[in-house]
Amino acid sequence: MQVLYFAWLRERIGAASEEIDPGGAATARDLIARLAALDDQHAAAFADISAVRVAVDQVMGDLDTGIAGAREVAFFPPVTGG
Amino acid sequence: MSVSVQRQDFDIAAEIEHLTASDPEIGAVVSFTGLVRQTTPGGSIASMELEHYPGMTERALEEIVAEARARWPLQGVRVIHRHGPLKPGERIVLVLTASRHRQAAFEAAEFLMDYLKTRAPFWKKEDTAEGARWVDARDADTSAADRWRR
Repeated sequence: MQVLYFAWLRERIGAASEEIDPGGAATARDLIARLAALDDQHAAAFADISAVRVAVDQVMGDLDTGIAGAREVAFFPPVTGG
Repeated sequence: MSVSVQRQDFDIAAEIEHLTASDPEIGAVVSFTGLVRQTTPGGSIASMELEHYPGMTERALEEIVAEARARWPLQGVRVIHRHGPLKPGERIVLVLTASRHRQAAFEAAEFLMDYLKTRAPFWKKEDTAEGARWVDARDADTSAADRWRR
């Protein structure tokens, strides 16, 4: 699946998107655990998951949202538009 | 087309004209414009960069507009949100609501802004004298959006 990062998550990871094999990850929280284990950058980006928001296939979700079959999962900080 | 996400500026008068021209039953138009403020909690800013999530942004805004239309009798809605680099004083966002009577237009405009601030995937990065910083989400914005819950 395509995993996207925005704002400071993108900066800490050093990439706007990457192709990830979700393995057995069932929820966004499971996927974060898998991503955080990849390297130091990912670990730093996901150090405080209370500051992480998620969208699954462009629909706002939460850490317990299922990701089975999703094409696109995005992680980002709380939004600050307007 | 009621929602646009764009880099370029917008013409408020032209947008109002366009929204109201086709419907002579419109008796009220409310216009909200958000501007880049020079002084922020992070200090005085030289400029800011607005990042967004192409595709999801438009979708999120369209859902918010649909919710407003379901709650109030609106004859028309227009939302424009800019992205990219912006300087203090520049326009960021426009919300127009049109209805037969003013109450629906006033309330819907406020609802649209409250929901947009907490649900549309935009992130501001301010360029200050101490360096660039990502803007923190405000609890007050979440409280403002929560009051519309039902």
